Amino acid sequence: MSTSIEKTAPVTAPERAGGSRPVSRTERFADSGGVLNVFSHGFLALWAVLIVFPLLWVVLGSFKTDAQINGSAWSWPSHWSFKAFGSAWTKGHIGGFFANTLIVLAGSLTLTMLLGAMAAYVLARYEFKGNRLIYFFFVAGAMFPVYLALVPLFFMVRNLGEISPLLGLNSYLGLILVYVAYSLPFTVFFLHSFFRTLPTAVHEAAMLDGCSHTRAFFQVMVPLAKPGLISVGIFNVLGQWNQYILPVTLMQPTSAGEADHSMLAQGLVNLALQSGYKSDAPALFAGMTIAMLPVLVVYLSFQRQVQSGLTSATLK
Amino acid sequence: MRHGKYPFIVGFLFLPIVLYVGLVLWPYLQTFGYSLTDWSGQSQQMNFVGLDNYSKLLGDDVFLGALWHNVFLLAVLPIVTILIALFFAFMLNVGGRGGTGGVQGVRGAGLYKVVFFFPQVLSIAILAVLWQAVYRTDGSGLANGILIKLGLADAQHPVAWLSDPDLVLWCILGVLVWSGVGFYLVLFSAAMQSIPKDIYEAALLDGAKRGQTFFRITLPLLWETVQTAWVYLAIVAMDAFALVASMTPGRTYGGGPDHHSELMSTYLMRNFLAFGEAGYACAMGVVIFFFTLILSVVSLRVTRRERIEY
Repeated sequence: MSTSIEKTAPVTAPERAGGSRPVSRTERFADSGGVLNVFSHGFLALWAVLIVFPLLWVVLGSFKTDAQINGSAWSWPSHWSFKAFGSAWTKGHIGGFFANTLIVLAGSLTLTMLLGAMAAYVLARYEFKGNRLIYFFFVAGAMFPVYLALVPLFFMVRNLGEISPLLGLNSYLGLILVYVAYSLPFTVFFLHSFFRTLPTAVHEAAMLDGCSHTRAFFQVMVPLAKPGLISVGIFNVLGQWNQYILPVTLMQPTSAGEADHSMLAQGLVNLALQSGYKSDAPALFAGMTIAMLPVLVVYLSFQRQVQSGLTSATLK
Repeated sequence: MRHGKYPFIVGFLFLPIVLYVGLVLWPYLQTFGYSLTDWSGQSQQMNFVGLDNYSKLLGDDVFLGALWHNVFLLAVLPIVTILIALFFAFMLNVGGRGGTGGVQGVRGAGLYKVVFFFPQVLSIAILAVLWQAVYRTDGSGLANGILIKLGLADAQHPVAWLSDPDLVLWCILGVLVWSGVGFYLVLFSAAMQSIPKDIYEAALLDGAKRGQTFFRITLPLLWETVQTAWVYLAIVAMDAFALVASMTPGRTYGGGPDHHSELMSTYLMRNFLAFGEAGYACAMGVVIFFFTLILSVVSLRVTRRERIEY
């Protein structure tokens, strides 16, 4: 698209204005553009270095020895061994934290999308008394800071634990339900407007053919809503993956000897706090590398969807 | 056809509503109630103390300091991030060589976007640990390493970064800007691409310079997106818990040195989980809530403009 404009623009420029003045004007623009171009490229490149350099430095750090890390920042790894990765994975429990995060994320994402889509669909497509009120309550929740709920939430989850040990503090299911509950407002808000834009004809045809409401939802509406579901799904994956305050509050071992169900983010911070005493800096750097790599791979393979998904979710 | 509509509606709404009311709305409401008590959080025992917690907050120097630190982040973070992101977005989309009269971005725009956006997908805790290593107080930290290499800092007396009371908030701010710019850059880029190219070309033909096209065309047409970005960044500035709690010195949940990086959120968590002052912490939660509420209403009002259709 831009190339065709490039070709046509110089022709149209003298045509419209006529005479030589516009030409000199475009030249002037080109001149200042040249200087600005070097200038802007310089800034862009500088920022790119600012982003990439610390990340590479951390990856390099996981191959250094303890003495090297505590020495000059510019030291180069003397031998390339993966020892630090092993000790981060086992002694630093990064492997366990990783599994914890995957378990919780798998559960919470599935439930968030399922429940969010169900609620949004019913609120967007069916008229009944109280519809607007329920929608309003869902959307209002998206505006409140989580800190407003933190203290009672802690005790709520603790009390749930007394009903069933599967729920409660430091349990996967408890955290999953909390994640789902706090992701619902935005998910419902986003999908509500999305379901509204879908054509009604397909749905009506399915209903005339004797399809039940439930089947119409799962077999007709969900496939139609796929782009919206992907957008909000990516938003939720990153949101829940980045979540820090909720696991810190809810996933602490309540008694000594209880299994450590920390999320990856939380476990990494604890590892950083510990490494100050135990001085196992390479393991910490390796732990960071391990935590970054899967995200990097997922991001690079889906970067277009991630970028468009996240920004369209925000602009809604 | 309408047979079984209500059972279906109830069936679909039941679980989401139970979860949402039980784990979100009810705790929100409870916080208001608990903030009027002297509850410690250890036992079920509590006494109604009226607004005592709130008057205590007004006299609590640490809390007031934390409030100001939040205000500082609120004032600086959105402006800095949005300015940098707008500048880069403009360069990437329409800032390219204008000599041929066309409107295009600089070369490699796609690659820049991929790189700039990356910090956004990293967990905030990874960023915290990473930057903690960068900000190490001796020559082993990357920041000091660079300064010493450039001769800007003395190897014997390197910059203390997170341990320096005057620098610590700026360090936190730096991480927030570093990680945020890419996201808003992509956000602004998407909005800029929806601006018709002929508007730029018309401006070029009329002899507009790059600066003029930015201020007269791009910015007015992007205003609504900038507004959204502002609100989102304000929410980030109100939070910032993970960074301060895990990067800065302090017994529990950071805030050091000597409360110089204390935020309302870190002070709330410490009062709740370390000091056993659940009622007092709830009062802080209520303050944060009203702060956020006023902030979003005000920022939406102040920045409101006529919507431009194109």
